[in-house]
Amino acid sequence: MPLISSSDQERLRESFAEMTRPVRLLFFTQTLDCETCLQTRQILDELPPLSDWITIEEVNLILEGDTAKAYGIDRAPAIAITYQDNESIFDTRIRFLGAPAGYEFISLIQAVLLAGGRPPQLSIESRARLAAVDKPVTMQVFTTPT
Amino acid sequence: MAFLSPNITAFAVEATEFPDLARRYRVNGVPKTVVDEEVEILGALPESAFVEQALARFTIDKP
Repeated sequence: MPLISSSDQERLRESFAEMTRPVRLLFFTQTLDCETCLQTRQILDELPPLSDWITIEEVNLILEGDTAKAYGIDRAPAIAITYQDNESIFDTRIRFLGAPAGYEFISLIQAVLLAGGRPPQLSIESRARLAAVDKPVTMQVFTTPT
Repeated sequence: MAFLSPNITAFAVEATEFPDLARRYRVNGVPKTVVDEEVEILGALPESAFVEQALARFTIDKP
């Protein structure tokens, strides 16, 4: 039984059709003490069949600690979104902590489309502010599934 | 924002799954945004106000 309904699958397929480059979702997981890792994996596994541009790579938080650290991930489930452009891999620096269910799923899809080449929507003014950030800044947006 | 600025990393955190983080950042309502543990924004704002509030402390003043 798929988690994404067939009508939603169709809508996602249409949205993903505008992608112009490969997007890889790094899925950080751990075997023990992770209630929603399986659910997250199930949600993510339903995306690649909807677009040839999307792949999932599983990273074990414990066994591949160096990779997790490189992406600033210290808990599971977590997702980091990367994309490929001209043979190089780029990190979007967009992360999801927890299962991407409910509203988070919509945010995840938006992030995948952005990574996949959709033009960013931010205004010129906002971009100017962003360009003025001259040191590393971490933003955390707390949400709930409903 | 993270996509457009190499200095920004953005986490979407599912608060109920990580109660330790929700407690640490005193998340009593969502959405709540915490920027570098210094700036807190409760609720959703229009884009320009959100970007301004989130980054005011982290940008050199430019006209």
